Amino acid sequence: MAVAQRAPIVEMRHIRVSFGGVHAVDDVSVDLRAGEVIGLVGGNGAGKSTLMRALSGAHPPNSGEIRVNGKPVTIANPRDAKMHNIETIYQTLALADNVDAPANVFLGRELTTVWRTMDDGAMEDATRKVMGRLNPNFKRFNQPVQSLSGGQRQAVAIARAVYFNAKILIMDEPTAALGPAETAQVRDLVRQLKNEGIGIFLISHDIHDVFDLSDRISVMYHGRIVDTVVKTDVTADEVLGMIILGKKPGQVTHEELAELQLPGESAPAS
Amino acid sequence: MADIAGTAPGQAPAAPRMSLRGALSAAEIDFRLFGMLIALAAILIGFNVANGGTFLRAENMSTLAVQGAGVAVLATGMVLVIVARNIDLSVGSLVGLVAMTYALLMTDWLPNILGLSVDFPFRWLIALLVGIALGAIVGGLQGFIIAYVGVPSFVVTLGGLLSIRGVVWVLSQGAAVSGLDPTFQLLGGSAEGSIGGTLTLAVALIGCASIIGLLVYNRRQRRRFGFPVRPTWAEVTLGVVGCLAVVGLAAFANSNYWPAGAATRYAQEHGIIEPAGGLRLSVGLPWPVVVLLAVTLVMTFLATRLRFGRYVYAYGGNPEAAVLAGINTRWTLVKIYILMGILCAISAAIAAARLNGATLDVGQSYELYVIAAAVVGGTSFAGGIGTIPGAVLGAFVMQALAYGLAYSGYNSPIQNIVAGIVLILAVGFDSYSRRRGGGT
Repeated sequence: MAVAQRAPIVEMRHIRVSFGGVHAVDDVSVDLRAGEVIGLVGGNGAGKSTLMRALSGAHPPNSGEIRVNGKPVTIANPRDAKMHNIETIYQTLALADNVDAPANVFLGRELTTVWRTMDDGAMEDATRKVMGRLNPNFKRFNQPVQSLSGGQRQAVAIARAVYFNAKILIMDEPTAALGPAETAQVRDLVRQLKNEGIGIFLISHDIHDVFDLSDRISVMYHGRIVDTVVKTDVTADEVLGMIILGKKPGQVTHEELAELQLPGESAPAS
Repeated sequence: MADIAGTAPGQAPAAPRMSLRGALSAAEIDFRLFGMLIALAAILIGFNVANGGTFLRAENMSTLAVQGAGVAVLATGMVLVIVARNIDLSVGSLVGLVAMTYALLMTDWLPNILGLSVDFPFRWLIALLVGIALGAIVGGLQGFIIAYVGVPSFVVTLGGLLSIRGVVWVLSQGAAVSGLDPTFQLLGGSAEGSIGGTLTLAVALIGCASIIGLLVYNRRQRRRFGFPVRPTWAEVTLGVVGCLAVVGLAAFANSNYWPAGAATRYAQEHGIIEPAGGLRLSVGLPWPVVVLLAVTLVMTFLATRLRFGRYVYAYGGNPEAAVLAGINTRWTLVKIYILMGILCAISAAIAAARLNGATLDVGQSYELYVIAAAVVGGTSFAGGIGTIPGAVLGAFVMQALAYGLAYSGYNSPIQNIVAGIVLILAVGFDSYSRRRGGGT
């Protein structure tokens, strides 16, 4: 696989994030290459979102090192992350509901005229162009985004991330709130962005999403990485076992597997 | 006050039957603002009818406008404070402090400490600049404690309300101070404190030119990118109605004439031979109203055209989203309170000029009227929603009620009862219409 030989664009080394003595993320290391999708999976509270918030600047790590294109960087706030072309689509979407789509796409990075006033025309124009790619049916450019449907809001959040030449994209549960058609749209988009050479961290509860889209899968359990595996080397059940038991496939006993009572044919044959 | 829950089905103006709402939305006129204009007109006309047609006269309206200007100036800032999910209870006390500072500067500190005698030019301007700086510093300090230390704004500004009023007492040693610079007194908006007929007309013409200019500019901008534009009828109607309203108001203001005594004095001072029947001098717009107009324009510009305003609204709509977008939300909050402090200084100048000095209770209870004005004007405590013209209109709705009731012979307890009920009714109606899906 060509992607596997590329140098990583992001390396997170020995990252630790604590909340008042509790290590939400404990000595975690992951890396990501251009054009690669890493599925980040784990149970609730496993530390996936916290790890990604450390990368996006929303909650800087207590210790550890982040390298972008091989160079150590400091990401103390979201602005720093964006400076390194790290864009994030949050699970909550993080939209200002009371302003319109162009205002949200350009929030914090408004286009201005020579008089330093906001250039609403240029921002709407750019938003129309990028939305035309993401969601051609989108028409409500001058409505507060709270009046939009879930899929349209998601499109606005994605437009904000991809407009600014993201090199590294963090997607936190991008399909959780979407219907089947919109989910398919997001999956297509992930593939398209991947082909454009963007590295993507994909957090998802949906094991099918993860298997469908990822190149490698990192499983987190109680703040630690259980293992990072190449998708083609594992089965969905093995990954599920890692998520639930926090152990690598080889270390799981048959008794433990039996206790899980996994659905379908995966129950260990006699 | 539950805000709309995502689904707002009322936004399809494409119905073939053109309703008023449809026409307004095609013309991109704020429905809520329009409703408030109607309410204000209804109040004025109602009092006029109740008083046998004596109420709606230029001199009454001029007084009403001057009385309301101080609160309206503050309301333009309070909108931003509330939109950003905060509150400022200290504005009344800060107005009192700055008013007392103006009075002490001009009567005591400038002549006795700095040696700038009464004849020194621009004393009024020096006083004004000192006052504005003081307002900005006190406002900024409160904003800093709120944004960076993290003390809730209710607590910080409640403390400000108490302690700043105390400083007024300490400064003045409990006494009223009077005797301001004559130029400064013009800000009080008496007959002399107005800009006169010719300038009023000039202001109106500039206003018309700006309306037309803005309409044309916006249309060009939208054309440039090939966006849908308003229908031509809407543009033309907007321009014509806007210009007629501006010129009409100016003519109305100019139909207010100087009182005979003041006119005679003016004639003597300027060596004019008084014609038979007395000199007829148009009063025109009072200075406080001119100041309010300027403040409203500048604040609207800040709120809608600059990044600062965008950040204030985005923060109010979703504080976390604003932080994640990389906005320096703390500094934005501090700026809001600095702005509020500057507006306090402007409002204090009007108040002090009207009194020709300062008493201990200048600005007393202003915070309540200002918050009421903003809320009646459509500002939501849930954050993110509110407009500056709306707050100004809200201030005048409240002032029109108070003034009209006083004019009709009702004393201030009755005025307060009505003001309180109207406040609740206005907000109740607002949340009701929002629930029915009126959008923002």
